[in-house]
Amino acid sequence: MPFFAELLIAIALVVSGIFGFVGSYGLIKLKDSVQRLHAPTKATTLGVGGVLIASMIYFYAKTGYISVHELLISVFLFLTAPITANFIAKAYMARNIGEKDLPQSSGAYGWSIYDDAPESTPGEGRPAE
Amino acid sequence: MIEYALLFAAACYGAALLLDLWRIAVGPDSADRILALDTMVINVIALLVLYGIWRGTAIYFEAAMLVAMVGFVATVAYCRFVLRGDIIE
Repeated sequence: MPFFAELLIAIALVVSGIFGFVGSYGLIKLKDSVQRLHAPTKATTLGVGGVLIASMIYFYAKTGYISVHELLISVFLFLTAPITANFIAKAYMARNIGEKDLPQSSGAYGWSIYDDAPESTPGEGRPAE
Repeated sequence: MIEYALLFAAACYGAALLLDLWRIAVGPDSADRILALDTMVINVIALLVLYGIWRGTAIYFEAAMLVAMVGFVATVAYCRFVLRGDIIE
């Protein structure tokens, strides 16, 4: 394996390890639940991306083939991390924030956390507003 | 050089797992516990990939992919339960 590839892999591994540690350190350091939501959802996802980049470089330098597994994992993680963060924020709101503390929603049906979904009869498209 | 970098990264992610475990233990809200569990899943994915590099095999990517999918579904199911009291309505 050439020295340049080793250097790239080592740099990617060290940087991603620091990112992963900082993400979990923010999880215990920040004081509020909604503040804590910021640290792991961004920093840890970046850290895993760094590990997967290092793995891609390593197996390309070792075998000469570009492997696609890592791209699959990183695309899956980068797609699902925002959904997860949104759901956790919704769970926090449902347990700790009353509907009176929020501004009026601009839609016709109110907030999705506190109000049920609009009723629609089968056969119609959208219910009439 | 790669060996030392692998050791450093694995130590970082192991310490991160311990911090997540601390957050799961102290809470105080269920949203914190869900978040710490999701972070633990992501750290375990990183550790699996690191172990695959260390052994030099590509067989651990399937395991990492499975852990990623199961972890995402588990987090969403837990959040649905907290939100609605029911997972599939």
